[in-house]
Amino acid sequence: MFTILMYIVAFGFLVLSFIKDKSKTLAALKKAWKSFENILPQFLSILVIIGIMLAVLSPEVISGLIGEKSGWLGMLMASVVGSVTLIPGFVAFPLASALLESGAGFMQIAVFISTLMMVGIVTIPLEIKYFGKKAAILRNSFAFVFSFIVAIAIGVVLR
Amino acid sequence: MKMLIKRYKYFLVLVVINIVIYALYPSVGQTSINITWSNTVEMLSVIPPIFILLGLLDVWVQRETMIKLMGEKSGILGILIAFFLGSAAAGPLYVAFPMAGVLLKKGSKFSNILIFIGAWSTTKIPMLLFEASAMGWKFMITRFVINIPGIILIAYITEKLLNHNEKKYIYDSAGR
Repeated sequence: MFTILMYIVAFGFLVLSFIKDKSKTLAALKKAWKSFENILPQFLSILVIIGIMLAVLSPEVISGLIGEKSGWLGMLMASVVGSVTLIPGFVAFPLASALLESGAGFMQIAVFISTLMMVGIVTIPLEIKYFGKKAAILRNSFAFVFSFIVAIAIGVVLR
Repeated sequence: MKMLIKRYKYFLVLVVINIVIYALYPSVGQTSINITWSNTVEMLSVIPPIFILLGLLDVWVQRETMIKLMGEKSGILGILIAFFLGSAAAGPLYVAFPMAGVLLKKGSKFSNILIFIGAWSTTKIPMLLFEASAMGWKFMITRFVINIPGIILIAYITEKLLNHNEKKYIYDSAGR
């Protein structure tokens, strides 16, 4: 639904832009294509890596890795799995709630979800391309540590 | 042709790896191909509007305007805009980086860009709704409430730890 909204917004602005200035609009579209083409090799690589990774780290394997393990070891395991994998939200949340039902703790799940969203080992080469090595590594490291803070908060609230 | 192969060399290596996996473990290889295909289709379906908006932003929004909205002295307004832009978007995180590149080129403050990335990764509105329905409202709201200051803090500390030259390098490469 949000994607459709994005299309409507983008198309609306595009029409508006075209009415105001044809050549500028053409330049914008050229720029859009150039930016896309520029990043396409990285995008395609990421897609194949995600494919291989998720085929190996199937939901069953992930369940085995963080399923019933508890305590700090369980959280550490969850954070590592969350950092290296890149699962879209609509797959991750059902998986997380299934893990909860099969006995995983809220804190382990929280750290898994947080690292999954904020820490991207697979996408770090792409991030470095835009932000440089230092900023990309710093951001990911802070996000990794922060995921544990989130988990502690979840642990306190949802005890 | 040679240029093309050079640019896509990692992709080609990965495809070969996938083929090898398929030869050794057909079911894993097949699953991998299926996942890659469905993700590619998903990516291609969310990407056109994002890049069109990126192009329009680049052409129409003047540097001075962007500096006022998200630049060094934009203060709380810049933070709010960064959160809004990141949260309202759709698509995986890696799509956010080219957008961040254009925002940098237009003179946005680096910490605001990191907030934009943080918002894109964690406070996307459709994802929050999905999280609430799968994990419960308490889980989602707790995470949301602690994520907001967390994202801002990570952004500020990261920017503080970069020296002048490192930041200049980031802005210079965004302009290219």
